[in-house]
Amino acid sequence: MNKRIYIGLLCLTVVIALPFGTDAFLGRSWVRLLDFALLYTMLALGLNIVVGYAGLLDLGYVAFYAVGAYLYAMLASPHIGMHWPLWALLPMGALLAASFGAVLGAPTLGLRGDYLAIVTMGFGEIIRIFLRNLNITNGPAGIDLIDPIQIGNFSFGSSHSLLGWDLPSIYNYYFLFIVLTAFIVLVSYRLSDSRIGRAWAAIREDEIAAKSMGLNTRYLKLMAFAMGAAFGGISGVLFAGFQGFISPESFTMGESVMILCMVVLGGMGHLSGVIMGAILLAILPEAFRPLSQFQQITFGHVWLDPANLRMLMFALALIVVMILRPEGLWPSPVRRRELHQNDAMPASVQKEGP
Amino acid sequence: MNALHSPTHHLLVAKGIGKHFGGLSALDQVSLNIPSHSIYGLIGPNGAGKTTLFNVLTGIYRADEGEIHLNGVSLTHSSPNEICKQGIARTFQNIRLFGNMTAIENVMVGRHVRTHSGMLSAILRLPSQRREEQEMMAHAQGLLDFVGIGHHANQIARQLPYGDQRRLEIARALATQPKLLALDEPAAGMNDTETATLGRLLQKIKASGVTLLLIEHDVKLVMGLCDRVAVLEYGRLIAEGEPISVKNNPRVIAAYLGTEAA
Ligand SMILES: Nc1ncnc2c1ncn2[C@@H]1O[C@H](COP(=O)(O)OP(=O)(O)OP(=O)(O)O)[C@@H](O)[C@H]1O
Ligand SMILES: [Mg+2]
Repeated sequence: MNKRIYIGLLCLTVVIALPFGTDAFLGRSWVRLLDFALLYTMLALGLNIVVGYAGLLDLGYVAFYAVGAYLYAMLASPHIGMHWPLWALLPMGALLAASFGAVLGAPTLGLRGDYLAIVTMGFGEIIRIFLRNLNITNGPAGIDLIDPIQIGNFSFGSSHSLLGWDLPSIYNYYFLFIVLTAFIVLVSYRLSDSRIGRAWAAIREDEIAAKSMGLNTRYLKLMAFAMGAAFGGISGVLFAGFQGFISPESFTMGESVMILCMVVLGGMGHLSGVIMGAILLAILPEAFRPLSQFQQITFGHVWLDPANLRMLMFALALIVVMILRPEGLWPSPVRRRELHQNDAMPASVQKEGP
Repeated sequence: MNALHSPTHHLLVAKGIGKHFGGLSALDQVSLNIPSHSIYGLIGPNGAGKTTLFNVLTGIYRADEGEIHLNGVSLTHSSPNEICKQGIARTFQNIRLFGNMTAIENVMVGRHVRTHSGMLSAILRLPSQRREEQEMMAHAQGLLDFVGIGHHANQIARQLPYGDQRRLEIARALATQPKLLALDEPAAGMNDTETATLGRLLQKIKASGVTLLLIEHDVKLVMGLCDRVAVLEYGRLIAEGEPISVKNNPRVIAAYLGTEAA
């Protein structure tokens, strides 16, 4: 018990000190990157409910992020002239996205695997194309001048001084995102360790057996879609307030794939793994940025465009990890067993040998 | 409804069940009346349609013809989960456990249909939810003890010995509190001692008030255990009755017992 308290305190200290340390050693742009990493973490945790817990492949997850973001952008900006507060828009974003999740889920419940992936991918694209073409969302230009997030009189968009330190807005957002990420982690953990969480795992393991044991698989899958979507909606609301500007191009299929990569790379169904995957993939492309300077210095010329090179390295890293560790970098024990189902038998036989 | 007034009450009544795969009639006009509190045997050669009948009774397949009633409630068009809720639970010929979950988790999933905590109470960890979790766990442990694998509670289902996996499937099915427990070849792959233990377990289950429907190739087990036996061949019911009369039925001897009773 005592040990857990120490570990908790240690984590808390690291989390609080992180932006200051990052700012001091790597520069302010990295603190902004941390903020984005936290947004991605929330998204990955949401998608983890659908993919990791219930075992449903969703390639259109970014649509729920868009729903949350556009809700905030439209109701808290000069666009329509409404300036609703966060405490109203955050739950609304979660609920609206959850309803979209249920609407998407309903017709796809009979589908599995590849088919489900294709339909969800289509759904994601439909949402984006709607956003591009509707007048009320201001088409491809998107919405700007979005209100910064404000709670009471505290505006997250401006700097505040604390004990003589002048903390810019990225710090405010960092701490807000940390609190919400912790909330999502708690909710995910409690769900996985519950009657519903076990039912999701059962569906993932064997849907026919699950049905025969009386599980209402349609309802349970819908709940997974809705719950995952709600987290996407929350992240979207935060994103719009944080960035101050959104357009349909923030919500492409590439984003969906990226979020899925975070879940898979980290370790589907395992909270620590998914968090690690999200932070790693959010930061990795940035970490490859110095490669262009390296080229400039070594060859006196940039041979490979840094943006392309970054994506190339990124893809390479993903492929290597997936070959060496198909269960992800930090999988849950159950997932590891699932993915090593076939080689488990010979291993145990070998162990029993002389 | 009539069944309630007749001397023996029939828990399950299946009338004129037909199931066809392309040109093959896997089941053809099969009717069964399973008396309450009995062990009812279903035998027949390979490919006779026994498993298909189970799949129809439990809603995995939809019958092309016929009706199914459990305690007078029609299950003909119900989905598998509704049928389970109404009181039919089953095991599978080729074991279908939730292989990567622990034994006790498997049984707790079986308990799902008789419990209520939803997502909100799980997120808020309401006292009612915690109490229910405790109850589920205790109940599941009780069932594991009942089938004789209580010491394996925290082992991964897939890694259990074969015979224990079959028992675990029975425990999981019992967790749904069935009125009718349908077992598809529970003794398959078991040795004589294991089979004898299984026989005693099935009798214990019967004594606890559950009706059993048993598919089994082990004729000795069936004849010793069952109150009534039905025989399927090529999707048709060729005999039905008490074990002795079925055993001596010439059609049955010709179709099935002939080879093994010799
Ligand atoms: N889904 C299906 N599609 C096509 N044919 C099927 C299907 N399921 C079963 N059959 C056929 O129906 C017939 C009955 O099969 P079933 O599995 O019910 O036999 P069984 O009596 O359980 O045999 P066994 O003792 O070998 O388990 C077989 O000829 C089988 O090939
Ligand atoms: Mg069979």
